[in-house]
Amino acid sequence: MNNKIAALLLGTAVALAAGNLAVAQDKTVKIGSLSDQSGLYADLGGPGSTLAAQMAVEDSGMTARGWKIDIISGDHLNKPDVGVNIARQWFDVDKVDVIVDIPNSGVALAVSNMVREKNGILLDSGAGSSDLTNAQCTPNTIHWAYDTYTLAHGTGTSLAKAGGDSWFFLTADYAFGAAIERDTTAAVKAAGGKILGGVKHPIGTSDFSSFLLQAQASKAKIIGLANAGADTTNAIKQAAEFGIVAGGQKLAALLLFITDVHALGLNTAQGLNFTETFYWDLNDQSRAFAKRFQERMKNHSMPTMVHAGVYASLLHYFKALEALGGNPHDGARVVAKMKELPTDDPLFGKGSIEPNGRTIHPAYLFEVKKPSESKGPWDYYKLVATLPADEAFTPLDKSTCPLLKK
Amino acid sequence: MQALYAQLLVGLINGSFYALLSLGLAVIFGMLNIINFAHGALYMMGAFCAYFLLNVANIGYWPALILAPVAVGIFGMILERTMLQWLSGLDHLYGLLLTFGLALIIQGVFQNYFGSSGLPYSIPDQLKGGINLGFMYLPVYRGWVVIFSLVVCLLTWYLIERTRLGAYLRAATENPTLVRAFGINVPRMITLTYGLGVGLAALAGVLSAPINQVRPLMGADLIIVVFAVVVIGGMGSIMGSIITGFALGVIEGMTKYFYPEASNTVVFVLMVLVLLVKPSGLTGRAT
Repeated sequence: MNNKIAALLLGTAVALAAGNLAVAQDKTVKIGSLSDQSGLYADLGGPGSTLAAQMAVEDSGMTARGWKIDIISGDHLNKPDVGVNIARQWFDVDKVDVIVDIPNSGVALAVSNMVREKNGILLDSGAGSSDLTNAQCTPNTIHWAYDTYTLAHGTGTSLAKAGGDSWFFLTADYAFGAAIERDTTAAVKAAGGKILGGVKHPIGTSDFSSFLLQAQASKAKIIGLANAGADTTNAIKQAAEFGIVAGGQKLAALLLFITDVHALGLNTAQGLNFTETFYWDLNDQSRAFAKRFQERMKNHSMPTMVHAGVYASLLHYFKALEALGGNPHDGARVVAKMKELPTDDPLFGKGSIEPNGRTIHPAYLFEVKKPSESKGPWDYYKLVATLPADEAFTPLDKSTCPLLKK
Repeated sequence: MQALYAQLLVGLINGSFYALLSLGLAVIFGMLNIINFAHGALYMMGAFCAYFLLNVANIGYWPALILAPVAVGIFGMILERTMLQWLSGLDHLYGLLLTFGLALIIQGVFQNYFGSSGLPYSIPDQLKGGINLGFMYLPVYRGWVVIFSLVVCLLTWYLIERTRLGAYLRAATENPTLVRAFGINVPRMITLTYGLGVGLAALAGVLSAPINQVRPLMGADLIIVVFAVVVIGGMGSIMGSIITGFALGVIEGMTKYFYPEASNTVVFVLMVLVLLVKPSGLTGRAT
């Protein structure tokens, strides 16, 4: 009898030890790329983000060092409830460790709260709302690439200082539109400008003529497009048609991606000023990445800053995992490690992650080239100015993130 | 007040797209009894066709106005011959499901190759610029769209309601066996009618290419509204769908002015109201 108990205890001890060993050396990772795969944001995130994630896995060399990394993708259809359901299933059933991308701030904010509840990780580069690292920050979310503060302080401030001191907003009626309008309003007012009014349009509007007429009637010097993707391109195209730019008013595309410029064509897009944190033709490293990306993309488009964000954030995530010596499957712990390590990747250069989850790096003010200046397809941007990292993102003392008040 | 006039005019412009698309749907439903959910996808194909004609074959806007509807119309006739004709005696639901599936496939294929942001197509040189009407700046192209689509709508109405060919068509829907006994090839007539309805959708696509981006999803965004228009106007009623198309465009324009957040829903609110009061639609015959 005693022998039996001893054997049982021994067996349990061995099993437990083996279990501990397995935890320490767990080298499996599951990545979920949650995006708008088929709607108006599919080109700026979507399948390109899944590709960027794959490239990050390949370029990190993790597989050669014994890691097993899987990537799955999902389509949130720009609906927060759909996004949350997918994310919940990913954590509960598929055992996903980290979610990337999530364009559409409404979906991102909803998923971010869920990720905290499940102690997962959200590396967001698709959504714009600066709330992700302010009022709604969590210890499980890191915001990469850009946010509405960057856009407002890049485009908003520079246009207001250049004489565009009266604004009218065309705002997409959801979380991102509200955030960018709020942040830009603050930036414009700080630069001495005033806001004459605005109109909210439903997301995914194809006809902007009514809204543009109201903007035209406002006599504002700048019409701020507080929307994204196909909404922005349609508004720009139709503004040209209604003679808005010819009439002396200027358009501010507060969020514009390279895919949008490609869709508009240089004839329509030329002269637009906007802010981005990544452009494929910035330096040798970005060019090399973009070339490989474009070859593998089905529609052969160049990477957007969202794609670049997915790539860079995963590279940094892998660094943190290696530093931890394995995957602890503990979101908050990995995120804390990521914040500890300085960031350094081929696309955004050297930077850091603030305690509120905001990644800090420079941002760039671009102008769209004239057709005569462009050397060919995708040669679209002229660099106007560089915003240093500390000006491009919300200063820590102004951040309303509850994590900072301890 | 000036702003109001401007919004009325802008509404009329959108209404002309609704009218052209709902007209095609009404023709197809009236003659073939098929609820053509692929209509939006075919509208999108019309726009893409114009884009290809310009960028591959260097054929401009004006020839595209004829060539694209013909090409997409032929594609539609092939669909009708190979698939839709087998559904003629069955419940509406089968046609709806088949065309809906077709729409998803067509959109998916285009999206796979062209992404979702779309492609640029510029306004033809002759129609560039605008006229200052005092209360608003009217782009010449938009004025052209209203007039052109109004003419096309009225011609189609005339063709079906006032000509001998139209009479055959209507008779063939009522009693195909009898019409066949007079020596008329009914299946061919049905195929041509579907081709006509699809051609109208493609024409609307070409018209909209310079205004909106040429995008794989451009039809999907529009088709639901257009179906609401058809339901409000009365399924199968030609004049009803033309008038409702223009009227709803105007109502939507007004909403964008007074309460923009509701501009996506106002058409459906109206649809519900009409269905509650007059289930067969404003001009539809009760069945």
